[in-house]
Amino acid sequence: MMTATVQSRGQALAIQNLSLEFPTFSGAIKALDNVSINVAKAEIVGIVGESGCGKSVTTMAATGLLPKGRYRITGGSVRLFGHSTLTMDESQLQDVRGKMVSTIFQEPMNALNPTIRIGKQLTDVIMRHEEASLSDARRIARDILADMLIGEPERVMKQYPFELSGGMRQRVLIAMAFSCNPGLIIADEPTTALDVTVQAVILRLIQNRARRTGTSVIFISHNVAVVSQLCDRLYVMYAGRIVEHGATRTVLDAPQHPYTQALLRCLPERVAPKQELEAITGAVPNLMQPPAGCYFQPRCKEAIDLCRSRSPQLAGAEGREVACWRRGVGLEIAEQGSRP
Amino acid sequence: MAITRIIIPRLVLLLFVVLGVAIITFTISHLIPGDPARMIAGDRASAETLENVRRNLGLDRPVVEQFTIYIGNLLQGDLGTSLRTNRPVAGDIRTFLPATLELGSVALFIAICLGVPLGVLSAVYKDGPIDQIARTVSVCGISMPVFWFGLILIYLFYAKFQILPGSGRLAMGIVAPERITGFLLIDSLLQGRFDAFRSAVYHIILPGFVLAFANMGVITRQIRASMLDVLQEDYIRTARASGLRKRMIIFNYALRNALIPSITLLGLALGDLLYGAVLTETIFAWPGMGTYVVTSIQTLDFPAIMGFTIVASIGYVLINLLVDLAYMLADPQIREV
Repeated sequence: MMTATVQSRGQALAIQNLSLEFPTFSGAIKALDNVSINVAKAEIVGIVGESGCGKSVTTMAATGLLPKGRYRITGGSVRLFGHSTLTMDESQLQDVRGKMVSTIFQEPMNALNPTIRIGKQLTDVIMRHEEASLSDARRIARDILADMLIGEPERVMKQYPFELSGGMRQRVLIAMAFSCNPGLIIADEPTTALDVTVQAVILRLIQNRARRTGTSVIFISHNVAVVSQLCDRLYVMYAGRIVEHGATRTVLDAPQHPYTQALLRCLPERVAPKQELEAITGAVPNLMQPPAGCYFQPRCKEAIDLCRSRSPQLAGAEGREVACWRRGVGLEIAEQGSRP
Repeated sequence: MAITRIIIPRLVLLLFVVLGVAIITFTISHLIPGDPARMIAGDRASAETLENVRRNLGLDRPVVEQFTIYIGNLLQGDLGTSLRTNRPVAGDIRTFLPATLELGSVALFIAICLGVPLGVLSAVYKDGPIDQIARTVSVCGISMPVFWFGLILIYLFYAKFQILPGSGRLAMGIVAPERITGFLLIDSLLQGRFDAFRSAVYHIILPGFVLAFANMGVITRQIRASMLDVLQEDYIRTARASGLRKRMIIFNYALRNALIPSITLLGLALGDLLYGAVLTETIFAWPGMGTYVVTSIQTLDFPAIMGFTIVASIGYVLINLLVDLAYMLADPQIREV
């Protein structure tokens, strides 16, 4: 039933105007505000933004991984290959996770169970979703480990996680994520905890396999340089809102939003040698009492009165939008609004 | 290979522990005021009689000589002769120890069978009604004195409803099965004596449950705490993200890791059972080591007290060895390094 839906639609994931808050004793934290993210089939999409901007919350909400009862969806919808995940119960979500969508988290050191052999952890997942005997499952596991450039898959399957290096563990986790051929892989900072030398290898492994199998991928990262080489399109998030999105090259070569521009000016790769790196002054807003208007406005050098009173909506051409009063469509609206 | 590396040093250590305990108990027994000869001969015995008793017991010899004799006998498995029963202490212990071990094993079994699932449920449904009940029950278990709880149960089930016996190991009129292991439950089954088995089961329910209850509380709390820790771990999130079923995640992926910190506790619980048994046995007139030791202490029966202390310390060392072996079983990181 799933394949039919996938074939009939071009979308792997369609998040529409998702708003979400975490209720606390001192008030609700508005973690996501009107977030819309679309991932086409076989497309590789990046979400960038600094820690706490809602990147992981977005995908975890979409896959039902946030702790039950600790959050509240206040609006919007999520469609994963046509199925609404927000309305699924836990049992339905268990069928979806691992089969339609898999997530690779950061920190591979703790992401594998320390007391269970690698082989069993892989076959448990495979046998959960596929009609496979144990020997079938072991064969699938072995093949996919080999595909992750693991030299002796048979030996690794007999080992425990503590016997493997961080890079090897992350390969195992990627193998696990791909093991049931999900249509979408969410790679949540997959290389943040790894040595720089293995980072590129790991990212290529994910990219290559995804391209070969037509799997969609969402790369979540605070590192623009990492995602820029892998992704077709980029979403830039700030304080629970999407502030800009577009094709990777366009966003990086001609960033529109002041936040994106500032973010890119912080990258050593993009600054001439010996020139000082910039830092974005100020701090991310407190989402329990967010600032009025645009959330970036308190740190923005270009802010005008309108920025402080009304929040800008994403506007622009199809596939290239910016949420800023000082840019593109926003500018026109701003000017119309300021006319007497 | 790794197993022998753990076991052999422990067995060597055991010798030193026994020697150390022997020195300590021997010293204490000679420092404590109270004259065993006087206890035996009675208050009104003449000085001559007293002297005779002393000579018979070897108490007139120099302390160092007494000690070497004691150690020499100890190495041959001779724990001396009880001043009270006039029988070899080793024989007395062989008679009474199985009853205590049987009671302790049943209690530990009940404590684990109730405590572990209760702790798991409590952690999985944290702050829910099940958790509240489990926490109340475990606090009751930990804080209720064994003698009080035991008496309440005897009053309810023996005196009032008359559905369970309140004392002894077997009903009157039932001949005990021939001794093989000393465990009535096992011996009666081995000999096909189902009447004795039934009676033994009925008799062990109340004392077993009383003894189990306190340890169950400790186990529940420990399992709850370590389950809560483990459920926060990244690998549980990985398992959830792979779509594994909740039951599988809880029992195959979480509990196994949560048990590791609980193993030490189970070892301690086993030790606790020994001392809890003293009170429980007294209340339920259970003919085990507890009753034997209490009477020995009351009559200043030093050989018996020392014998029990040595056996108990050997027991502790063996329990610790079991704990280490259990660690190896549960944690591959210890096993394979």
